[in-house]
Amino acid sequence: MNREFLFIGLTIFLGLISIILAFVAIHHKKLSVAVISTSFISLFASIIFLLLAAPDVAMTEAAIGSGLTTLIFFYVLNKIKKTNA
Amino acid sequence: MLKNILIALVLIGFGVIFYDLFMVYEAKTELTDLAHYYAKNGANEIGGANLVTSIVVTYRGFDTLGEVTILFVAASIISFFLKLKEDEEEKVIGSKDTTELLVTASQVLVPLIFLFGVYVFMNGHLTPGGGFQGGSIIATGVALMIMANPNFKINTQIIHWIESISGVAFVFAGVLGVLLGGGFLDNTFKGLGVGEFGTLFSAGVIPIIYSFVGLKVGAEISNILNKYQKSQKSI
Amino acid sequence: MEYITLGHMSLLLGISLTVIGFWGILTQKNIIKIILSFTIADAGVNIVIVSLGYVVGKTAPIIDNAVVQEAGRNVSASVVDPIPQALVLTSIVIGFGVTALMLAFAMKMFTAKKTLDINQFNELKW
Repeated sequence: MNREFLFIGLTIFLGLISIILAFVAIHHKKLSVAVISTSFISLFASIIFLLLAAPDVAMTEAAIGSGLTTLIFFYVLNKIKKTNA
Repeated sequence: MLKNILIALVLIGFGVIFYDLFMVYEAKTELTDLAHYYAKNGANEIGGANLVTSIVVTYRGFDTLGEVTILFVAASIISFFLKLKEDEEEKVIGSKDTTELLVTASQVLVPLIFLFGVYVFMNGHLTPGGGFQGGSIIATGVALMIMANPNFKINTQIIHWIESISGVAFVFAGVLGVLLGGGFLDNTFKGLGVGEFGTLFSAGVIPIIYSFVGLKVGAEISNILNKYQKSQKSI
Repeated sequence: MEYITLGHMSLLLGISLTVIGFWGILTQKNIIKIILSFTIADAGVNIVIVSLGYVVGKTAPIIDNAVVQEAGRNVSASVVDPIPQALVLTSIVIGFGVTALMLAFAMKMFTAKKTLDINQFNELKW
């Protein structure tokens, strides 16, 4: 039962941070900050998948959601920045 | 003004749907009937220790086949949209020098990451992991390579061959199930059994099929990354 | 008190992320911001699906010596629902493909008009 309480506490903590980061991602003016916030939401989602006893899903989300998606977003941002300058 | 009201209506609609879902939800203490069947018979019928792998590859194998097809179509359309003009192919991507730390670390880490990816998809039926995870881990290795050297040329011929051969082999293993086993994508062939539980050569053809899925997913994601890297040339 | 379980909390988080993501899709003007909002909604939906398969106090659906087994490797009393996990596994990879495709479209649209404002793309507007 103790472990369950720890998991609930961790979920609430990570969930609050995720929701704040989601608002930051939508409202911040700098696109790079928004991309990094989304990457952190994916990372926290992967921890929550682990707490929900889904290690397979957690591995995929950590590699794809917070790794590769961020990389291709930055490729697009770089191209837009270079074209504007 | 009308637009804001419409947006509010759409969001309230979503809210009502999800409110219902949340109020009806009860913390489960037992499995549903279907999941109960999988958990009860999965180890004996399929022979794999990881039930998620058994479901992805065998019980719902068509799902996986369709999924790799969707990823292939997405990769093809991206290749079509990010195609370069011929005079841009030879350009060099202008970038600041990458740090010594990143270059050296990538030389040490990339082979290890590839090895880990292969380990993950070969042991997909025993430990957490499988083709999708292993493939995306291999693609992260490729990402590290192109970050360390922005002008690194990925050999597209090798990627295309790996992708095509593993796609054909996946379907071939499925058809082999029709001829020797009980149906399309059946993992056990007549007379061979499922092997000893918990060893590498168990669960019939699941390790083979999932290895091909891993190679295919890794090749496709590497192809997408390669296209995005090349698109930096046409600035 | 009965609402504070791990399943309820993660379900609430998934619902909030989904609604915030859809709100972003509907209100933002910048194309990159719209794609980012789509990514947030995607993560939210995945959390909702996985938390619907969670069973209180059970472990991951991988059979080894640490899992309580009955006769014939029957683990139905000690694992969570494996089906939503199998669905979400494919959903994440498809989500990556769709995001990459949308970014390719965004890049193409930017080279055509040199702007990312969605209101400037009004050729098909009526």
